[in-house]
Amino acid sequence: MTAALEIVSLIKTFAVKSAFGRQTGTVRAVDDVSFKVAPGEVYGLAGESGSGKSTIARMVMGLTAPDAGDIRIDGRSILGQADRAQVQMVWQNPGASLNPRRTVGQSIRVPLVAHGKPLGRVAELLDMVQLPRGFADRYPHELSGGQKQRVAIARALAVEPRLLVLDEPTSALDVSVQAKVIALLEELGATLGLTYLFISHDLSLMRNFAQRVGILYRGRVVETGPTAQVFETPQHDYTRLLLASVPVISAEEEAMRPKIPLINGELPTAEDLMALRDKERNQA
Amino acid sequence: MTTAPLSTSWQSWYRFSRNPAAVIGAAIVILCVLAAIFAPLITPFPEHAGSFVDFRNRHQPPSLTHLFGTDNVGRDNFTRVIFGLRVSLALAFVVLIIAVPLGTIMGLLAGYFGGWTEIVIMRLTDIALAIPPLVMALAVASVAEPSLFNAMIAIAALWWTWHTRLIFSITRQIRSQEYIEAAETLGASKAHILFREILPNCVSAIAVKTSLDAGFVILIGASLSFLGLGIQPPTADLGTMVADGAEYLPDFWWESMLPAAAILFVALGFNLLGDGLRDMFDVEDVK
Amino acid sequence: MTLLSVEDLSVSFSTYGRTTEVLHGVSLSIPEGAQMALVGESGSGKSVTMKAIMGLLPIPPARITGGRILFEGRDLLTMPERDRLALRGTAMSMVFQDPMSSLNPVWTVGDQLRTILKYADRRLGRARDRRARQARVLEVLAQVRMREPERVAASFPIMLSGGMRQRVLIAMALLSEPRLLIADEPGTALDVTTQAQILKLLKDLVTDRKLALLMITHNLGVVRETSAYTYVMHHGRIVEQGETAALFARPQQQYTRDLIAAVPRLTGAPR
Repeated sequence: MTAALEIVSLIKTFAVKSAFGRQTGTVRAVDDVSFKVAPGEVYGLAGESGSGKSTIARMVMGLTAPDAGDIRIDGRSILGQADRAQVQMVWQNPGASLNPRRTVGQSIRVPLVAHGKPLGRVAELLDMVQLPRGFADRYPHELSGGQKQRVAIARALAVEPRLLVLDEPTSALDVSVQAKVIALLEELGATLGLTYLFISHDLSLMRNFAQRVGILYRGRVVETGPTAQVFETPQHDYTRLLLASVPVISAEEEAMRPKIPLINGELPTAEDLMALRDKERNQA
Repeated sequence: MTTAPLSTSWQSWYRFSRNPAAVIGAAIVILCVLAAIFAPLITPFPEHAGSFVDFRNRHQPPSLTHLFGTDNVGRDNFTRVIFGLRVSLALAFVVLIIAVPLGTIMGLLAGYFGGWTEIVIMRLTDIALAIPPLVMALAVASVAEPSLFNAMIAIAALWWTWHTRLIFSITRQIRSQEYIEAAETLGASKAHILFREILPNCVSAIAVKTSLDAGFVILIGASLSFLGLGIQPPTADLGTMVADGAEYLPDFWWESMLPAAAILFVALGFNLLGDGLRDMFDVEDVK
Repeated sequence: MTLLSVEDLSVSFSTYGRTTEVLHGVSLSIPEGAQMALVGESGSGKSVTMKAIMGLLPIPPARITGGRILFEGRDLLTMPERDRLALRGTAMSMVFQDPMSSLNPVWTVGDQLRTILKYADRRLGRARDRRARQARVLEVLAQVRMREPERVAASFPIMLSGGMRQRVLIAMALLSEPRLLIADEPGTALDVTTQAQILKLLKDLVTDRKLALLMITHNLGVVRETSAYTYVMHHGRIVEQGETAALFARPQQQYTRDLIAAVPRLTGAPR
């Protein structure tokens, strides 16, 4: 079966600028990344800042062009021609992704007008995200964070995409609201047959939402596999460090976390850990 | 600076009404505009606004019949001041109705597209901004005949550049916002993004600047007619009245001082209104 | 002995002619050396409570409509302004949330720390010369586990990583040897591995020095890792309180139960 989304050897390099704007070097934000997402699946990309996860999301959306590699939707390459009808995105901060000067209805109408769909769909879309139809006349600042994010989801679904890129969709929300929004996404995914590329730094959330996960560190996928397996038996040191760092609320979770030896009384940073690893490998 | 959305109207206007200077400014502007519109109806001697002479009545000091006194040919000053206001406001209106939309569109295009569009528009703006409006009007007057119309064209031809600069910087800021990126990925056309996504965010800045500009344009218009480059007699005009009346200072002070006070009054009104609007739109996030 | 005691605190805010009560009779107490947490979602009132304790509430539009805040037995709300200022940043100090906006980008870290120390000393009536201040600054930077204190002190904030900047904020709070440390969502803006380091650092510092810690957070996991006793806030009230382990295992109030149930589990277990 063709993968809904396939990333093949993707590379993206950025220039590093000094404080005065002169280029001092380059950094590989995405360093030869490959993975496949099956139709209807939720694939998670987990990583910290600088891991390249947001850059990958932007390349899938066509907001940035990769330097090398390919991105395929249903087997068809979308390089140079982003498929905005098949792939849509939900950003992290709904306060920033919705125009504060436009009503909810106006914001949802933007993709409908752009793709020639009937404007009556606004009401239908609001129903889908469980918001009252009257919200179409409200402005974003009149809505709570969770409500705004639902509007963003409705807007993304307006063109009936097959794949949704979710870039930290609940990180800016309270935990109780987060649970409801994730539940909504799960329901919509099942009803509409959506495939999700779910980007998050929140591993606990990843565990409960993503079926397969890729752990990113400095532009490389260091480990990948079914979420339960990766979390219960992590192979790579960085995965182990990430899992050990998550603040958890129960004894069971604490028991499953890997134990990392402390350096100078504290947990090592990722850099330290990787440096240590390389040193050990060189010595071996 | 974060600007409040125009939709929180009642909250914004509440803030506005709490600001005495703003309310005074608004009142002055409304008063002047109404007076200008209804000039023939509210002035005691509307026929004095044009050519009229009554040499027996010249240089009369302010009295109950002639609130502002009479001028050197016997015309009622108060009437002429009101009609002069009409001219000043009309001048401001025409100049701004040309300059603001033109400047705004140029600023949007330069700010959003960048590259050569930006370079061409902004360098043109730089050149225009280097020319003082009065000097431009002088140049125009020396080539064409001095008239109100030509003065308006001269000022408008340079004025749009101020707005270009303002809208350019706002557009640049907004261009990198997430909701613009969202609109692009949703497939919105460029026109939609410029006029439906970016422009609404500029409206508050435009309102403030236009208000302040009105005061400035009126002053420039009055200066031009003071120098004899603007409207020609016998039409009533505040600047001309100040110039003509200046000969008779300090004995017949009302002929020069009262029109000058009227200029001050209306310019002050627009400035206070503009400041009040700016204060109204300037919000700090209250968490 | 009780270090800080908030008794029946009520605060209201007036905006646009309307007044809203944001805190309704909040009471909490922090014994010496205790590690406590105040947890709540956005809008629960935890930030207002924290600001009221530190004296950082903007008055107006805020107004304290009732209650007392006792620090070592003295009511902060009625004491003379000078005495209150003498306590702030010295006996009780705060670790701010966002290192990006809490550090002045045009001053070096050392300059900022030395200046803060200078003003704190002045408030306390203590005299310390420049060299002694510099020594204290380097001492504190070492305490927050900076490997090269001199280099950090000579750096501008922009040259430091997010984790290092957060450590600088902790150092700022420790300069005058406080007895109570209030930490406002420390590490929320940081990566999870960096945050874990910062939380461990805080916990170690507080335990070693027997400081009292009040952790303000929305993250229940952070609460469990850093605090022995927890207050749960909702809509301006303390809805539940208790020893952290017991609270998490057997929450009494529906809100607390719902809150705990909403947190996703690393084990993937159904809630």
